[in-house]
Amino acid sequence: MTHTIEKSQADTPGPETQAMLEVQGLNGWYGESHVLHDVNLTVNKGEVVTLLGRNGAGKTTTLKAIMGLLKSRSGSIRFNGTELIDLPARDIARLGIGYVPDDRGIFGSLSVLENLLLPPKVADGGFDLPAIYELFPNLEERLDSYGNKLSGGEQQMLSIARILRTGALFVLMDEPTEGLAPVIIHQIGHTVRRLKKAGFTILLVEQNFHFARELADRHYIVQEGKVVDQFRNDEIADNLEKIQGYLGI
Amino acid sequence: MFELLGIPPQALFGQVLLGLINGSFYAVLSLGLAVIFGLLNIINFAHGALYMMGAFVSWMLLTYLGIPFWFALVISPLVVGALGMVIERTMLRPLHELDHLYSLLLTFGLTLVITGVFQNFYGVSGKPYPIPAALTGVMNLGFMFLPIYRGFIIVMAVIVCFATWFLIEKTRLGSYLRAATENPEMVSAFGINVPLLVTLTYGFGVALSAFAGVLAAPVYSVNPVMGNDLIIVVFAVIVIGGMGSIMGAIIGGFSLGLVEGLTKVFYPEASTTIIFIIMALVLLFKPSGIFGREV
Amino acid sequence: MSKQAETTNRTTAIHQSRPPSDARARMTRHHMIVFALIGLFVVIAPQFLYPVFVMKLLCFALFAMAFNLMLGFGGLLSFGHAAFFGGAAYAAGYAAKVWGWPPELAIAFAVLVAAVMGAAFGFLAIKSRGIYFAMITLAFAQMVYFYALQAPITGGEDGMQSIPRNALFGLVDMSGDGPFYWMVVVIFIIGVLFMYRVIHSPFGEVLKGIRENEPRMISLGYQVQRYKLLTFVISAALSGLAGGTKALVFHLASLVDVHWTMSGEVVLMTLIGGMGTIFGPIVGATVIVTMQNYLANLGSLVLIIQGAVFIVCVLTFREGIVGVIAKWLKTRL
Repeated sequence: MTHTIEKSQADTPGPETQAMLEVQGLNGWYGESHVLHDVNLTVNKGEVVTLLGRNGAGKTTTLKAIMGLLKSRSGSIRFNGTELIDLPARDIARLGIGYVPDDRGIFGSLSVLENLLLPPKVADGGFDLPAIYELFPNLEERLDSYGNKLSGGEQQMLSIARILRTGALFVLMDEPTEGLAPVIIHQIGHTVRRLKKAGFTILLVEQNFHFARELADRHYIVQEGKVVDQFRNDEIADNLEKIQGYLGI
Repeated sequence: MFELLGIPPQALFGQVLLGLINGSFYAVLSLGLAVIFGLLNIINFAHGALYMMGAFVSWMLLTYLGIPFWFALVISPLVVGALGMVIERTMLRPLHELDHLYSLLLTFGLTLVITGVFQNFYGVSGKPYPIPAALTGVMNLGFMFLPIYRGFIIVMAVIVCFATWFLIEKTRLGSYLRAATENPEMVSAFGINVPLLVTLTYGFGVALSAFAGVLAAPVYSVNPVMGNDLIIVVFAVIVIGGMGSIMGAIIGGFSLGLVEGLTKVFYPEASTTIIFIIMALVLLFKPSGIFGREV
Repeated sequence: MSKQAETTNRTTAIHQSRPPSDARARMTRHHMIVFALIGLFVVIAPQFLYPVFVMKLLCFALFAMAFNLMLGFGGLLSFGHAAFFGGAAYAAGYAAKVWGWPPELAIAFAVLVAAVMGAAFGFLAIKSRGIYFAMITLAFAQMVYFYALQAPITGGEDGMQSIPRNALFGLVDMSGDGPFYWMVVVIFIIGVLFMYRVIHSPFGEVLKGIRENEPRMISLGYQVQRYKLLTFVISAALSGLAGGTKALVFHLASLVDVHWTMSGEVVLMTLIGGMGTIFGPIVGATVIVTMQNYLANLGSLVLIIQGAVFIVCVLTFREGIVGVIAKWLKTRL
């Protein structure tokens, strides 16, 4: 089953206004429990958008639902015009969506190189290995190490790096800073900026508000499985107290 | 001629050879089980019945169609592997989300059906299968005479085990398999068709058992129950080697065959139970198996 | 690691879920009706069925119940129960034939042998779970099979034949099927009541707790392994009771009794009747024994049919006959 990106939409000019991902009325369930309630959000081409919220608010679940990893979901998820709601994860990935999960999803029994080469190419124009090594020099030194021997930071780098090879230009990134040292968080921030400059569109789940506000164009606040508010990055300063209230900081 | 502990060397070497041949079958069969277990997390009880089927298909190819051994060595695993894929798609897949014990029970049921069908048509007596002409005769190794076909079994088993190991550990497809064994959800999130991978893996594991069956046809009589007791010994081999461990299956298979052969020389009464006794000891001291990771 | 946890979580799916608590009041009444039906059956059955057939049925029903104690209430699927059943059959046969023991002692000896075997295998296997446990028990049972095949006392391929029943307490001659029938009935009822008692005892409650949520029971301070091991020993001993009795019923203990196909048969009986139900194994044993009886002259077709029933049950009828009835009645049977 192949789904081609609709040409007419991909060619429409004006990256700021063109929606790459449109989620409407998304509901999701884990077994019996209803965990996502009518989630609406939009990510435009070239944007970095964050989902902010407390632990257990439904941010990770939202990403999983978009990726097709949440089995039970309804509503509408359109990616470049293609409806994803009934597609399995593998077809969604093939449309050009890369996924960097919260547990980093590194395969411990595979070497770094095998991890890098694992995701099949889904589109032309992905990074080649030299470009990836330039972006993440420490990975190149550890190509033969097994995934389970890497530090948390290295795993995170690898998790992002292997997506870049595939040619996917839309990336779902789940808490890339979780549990990492400030130096490494800084490096990841740098990477995300580089990717944005290279034309990537990123939907980022974060609990680290300070990290998020330095990178993102827009923010959605998620609470109890609902999107309850949204801000442009330049509105942050005026709404700081409100946001801190949402996030409990 | 020297004697070792009162055993004439001819008898010793003869049993070592028999042990290695049994070990060859243990290795190929437990390898197939390990590959299947790794990805599907199920124990394929029908493995012995499918091994028997592999032998029977090659017998049928020869008897009804005149197709010789060398072609059967390829055709029979393909036929049985294809059947395996059908089984996976139609019966095992619906059970995937349930307790894996159900899959064990299902493959147990399949074992009864497959065995019953062959018994129904061919009875329980064995069907002879000739050793291919090119492999008849005996080779003088200096210290013993080696029937060429028996040597061939060992060589083929080693080749197949090595090839499978290489496929899994050193190729792109193998990395998909290892990755999916670890985290199938993540693999599917990269656009890889995991259900297809599962079907192919089951088919491959089953084809390995059929391959062992074809190798067995000329040395054991081809009969519907030939895999029945063998498979349980192979289960013990797997527990000893470590569930799902490729290396454990290969090394465990050959060495336990050897141990069994040596037991026949030194203490024949225990030769059929020695592997189970070793299993008990392994469970006592290293429950995850010799090559298994601690759980 | 995560795979292991997943397997553990899934294990709970195989068992019938707990009944709603308002059903508990009616529970005893339903059970009393079932007991009355069983009592009625054993009394009138000899009027229209061959006593040997009914005795066989009772032995296998007892065997299946003993097996189910392990699966339905201990949460572990043993694929090696033939070792206890068949091992006990040989033990009873040996005691009766070689030592000339009366039937009650021969059977008691059989129970003891099965319990000791259960303790030994259980000690080694109990730490493993799910399919590991199934495989390990299967392998141990196969060891017993190979032993029985070779050992001088078992009669090898021919089995141990012409086992005498001798006289009950050395006084009442049991060689006729008439009197022995009642002895089997008494053994069966004692076995069933004992298991019923175990399931509904505080011990049984702990078992159910382990089955539902093992980590919680561990954190509550229960010695989970010991509970499981004891269950395994009880299950083995009662399988031995069934096997020893069966040897005296048929005057025969053979390799069939220790082979893994026997282990598979008892799984099938339990599956058809309803895993984790109290009375399911009795129904399942009745179905299978009756089927074997009427299809005996079809030869290998029996194997095919049995296998097909297995497959169909696993794919579409996992609750079993009694499981379905219990659902209709909204109770636990």
